[in-house]
Amino acid sequence: MDLSAINPILLIASLMVAATPLLLAAVGELVVEKAGVLNLGVEGMMIVGAISGFSIAVETGSPWLGFLASAVGGAVLSLLFVILTQVALANQVASGLALTLFGLGISSLMGQSYVGVKPPATPDLYIPILSDIPVIGPIVFSHDLILYLGIMIVAAVWATLKYTRVGLILRAVGENHDAAHALGYKVVRIRIMAIMFGGACAGLGGAYISLIRVPQWTEGMTAGIGWIALALVVFASWKPWRVLLGAYLFGGITVLQLNLQAAGVAIPVEYLAMSPYIITILVLVILSADKSSAPASLGRIFHASH
Amino acid sequence: MTDTLLSIRGLTKAYPGVVANNDVSFDIGVGEVHALLGENGAGKSTLVKMIYGLVKPDTGEMVLRGQPFAPPEPRAARADGIAMVFQHFSLFDALNVAENIALGMETPPPMRDLAARIREVSETYGLPLDPFRTVGDLSAGERQRVEIIRCLLQDPKLLIMDEPTSVLTPQEVEILFQTLNKLRSEGTSILYISHKLEEIRTLCDTATILRLGQKVGTCVPAKTTARDMAEMMVGSTLHTPERAGRDLGEVALDVSGLSVPSPSAFGTALKNVHLVVRQGEVLGIGGVAGNGQDELLNALSGEVRSENGAIKMLGDPIGKLGPKARRGLGLLTAPEERLGHAAAPDMSLTENALLTGSVRENLETRGFLKWGAAQDFAERIINAFDVRTPGPSNVARSLSGGNLQKFVIGREVLQNPKVLVVNQPTWGVDASAAASIRQAILDLAAEGCAVVCISQDLDELMEISDRFAALNEGRLSAPKPTQGLSVDEIGLMMGGAHGMEVAHV
Repeated sequence: MDLSAINPILLIASLMVAATPLLLAAVGELVVEKAGVLNLGVEGMMIVGAISGFSIAVETGSPWLGFLASAVGGAVLSLLFVILTQVALANQVASGLALTLFGLGISSLMGQSYVGVKPPATPDLYIPILSDIPVIGPIVFSHDLILYLGIMIVAAVWATLKYTRVGLILRAVGENHDAAHALGYKVVRIRIMAIMFGGACAGLGGAYISLIRVPQWTEGMTAGIGWIALALVVFASWKPWRVLLGAYLFGGITVLQLNLQAAGVAIPVEYLAMSPYIITILVLVILSADKSSAPASLGRIFHASH
Repeated sequence: MTDTLLSIRGLTKAYPGVVANNDVSFDIGVGEVHALLGENGAGKSTLVKMIYGLVKPDTGEMVLRGQPFAPPEPRAARADGIAMVFQHFSLFDALNVAENIALGMETPPPMRDLAARIREVSETYGLPLDPFRTVGDLSAGERQRVEIIRCLLQDPKLLIMDEPTSVLTPQEVEILFQTLNKLRSEGTSILYISHKLEEIRTLCDTATILRLGQKVGTCVPAKTTARDMAEMMVGSTLHTPERAGRDLGEVALDVSGLSVPSPSAFGTALKNVHLVVRQGEVLGIGGVAGNGQDELLNALSGEVRSENGAIKMLGDPIGKLGPKARRGLGLLTAPEERLGHAAAPDMSLTENALLTGSVRENLETRGFLKWGAAQDFAERIINAFDVRTPGPSNVARSLSGGNLQKFVIGREVLQNPKVLVVNQPTWGVDASAAASIRQAILDLAAEGCAVVCISQDLDELMEISDRFAALNEGRLSAPKPTQGLSVDEIGLMMGGAHGMEVAHV
């Protein structure tokens, strides 16, 4: 056992990378749920985003076009959920599960010719002087742009929900869709926008895995991150900064336990492997003991009678 | 009062199978308080929804200040100075007062300015409100203030109020009327919908009466008796419930020292409740909504268990028994919330009849259901209580609120209860149906049933109950005989006006 092999600076830098897919997917789902829609298809939208981004990045040679394509891919797949739940008024839980199964299937179809291909590398940020500062440089100033984009999305979602009229209307729709409708707000239209935003974020998160974290394409490579994102939104009490905290905690323990495994700590691998899930949920359960609760219309079907 | 603000000409709106409004015409003058009267299903709500732009009329037109007026959506109606206070409050529990009000405005000012304006308007009209409180924590009267202030901030020309007083204490009603009178003196017109004829007589200048979607008359309420107006609404002579003189039997329900925490975050805990009801007696329990009514009903029905000795029925402790066991003993309950609590919305009336009737009506044998008997039971309820529905196979959700209420109450009454607990038995039910429900409750009492009637309608409680008590923040006042009880005394028992004050200007 050699704990000195673990470099804390690299550990923090890599936990941010490990956390970003989860962060992106969870913050998108947070917006969807704040609008009163429960979309269980996060995993499906992530994996479709992963392959859309991967294939476009490989074909064009540009990772940025790849990320753009992944957002579009996730949003397009979420349109299927829109048609099912907002137009056909189907059950949201069943539709979300179907979306995940469909996404997993179509992504492996799309990705058949991309197995074993190497994607173009995504450049990391390099700011002279700032990136060279010891400790702070590698942790704060030397990541890829998408990681910063993830944090910016969290900040933007938080500010929008808290301070803007759009955010207020979105929360109102999720809180009581009948009252929002009576006041003349377009419940369905607002929800469609939210669902598509959630799809785009999930798609970005998926592409972050296939283009940066792992850089390659394998079937089912999101490996349950979408489900973790769903749980994270609940345990974070629908608060954006807690989503960030939860995602970094999860990413941190994931990276740490890998390091501990490599260092040969005398804890069975199974316990280490389950530790991120257990610790993240435990911490967030304790945090969510305050009285904040789910949006009251979450998962309920809205039908404008008359 | 000579100028016409809004003129409604020949409005017609049909839904599949029913004409909600048929060629309705009337005028609302500037600064007039105009009452819209009618039974459930007479088309009042549809009519105001058309004025507010939520529903488009099939034919007919509206003229606002000489201009054609056809709002495609509420936003347009609001821009033209129409504001509406909804019957079921259109508020968002998790948001604060200021956010709720901002949602009802077209171009709200920044939160800080808005909060200041809310304080200003609320003080001017004697409706104190803290802009930063969460709406879920407010009482029904305070919630209504939020709605009213939301309307007032838009400086409306026409304020539509749909059954505004059904949840208020008498003092709160009085203050609301002062606010409305002040608005009238400022030239605001008010379209006022209510079942309560005495209120309309004191407040309104003109009344338009609707029956089955058609206008059947106009009157000056101050010069018409409540009985005449009721008969115009119903189209026949009204039957007033009669109270037969009766002897009280032994104690049927004895609740002592009942304390139960509330299961929900926004609920009220019951604190040391004592009550005794004898056979043949009706105990009326008043109080502003949200002061423990639901919790009391749940504790009596067995949905929430308590200490075994806290509730005794005919001398036997039943506090630890569940609802089914209590039903078996003859303690039946009808909760307030019709859809989801008293009835399962998506199940048929037969299935709903079976859900509470299986024990006492023998609708099951060894776990197998007797569908035939259940359907007979449902049909008996439908016939006895004049429930308007095509048949017992229709789902509960498809019935109008008043009709479902008749079904829910009828279902319990027909099971020959020994003790009956009802919460808001005539809420949203029209005058004639309410009278027949009250009569059924009195008939039950005359047969020796002990009745606990929880209601927000004080006239109703005065009419049917022998003794009256009020719930205030989970505490029950000592019951007093109903006869000779004054409105002031009742108001005090209910906890006063909850911080309301008279308009300052």
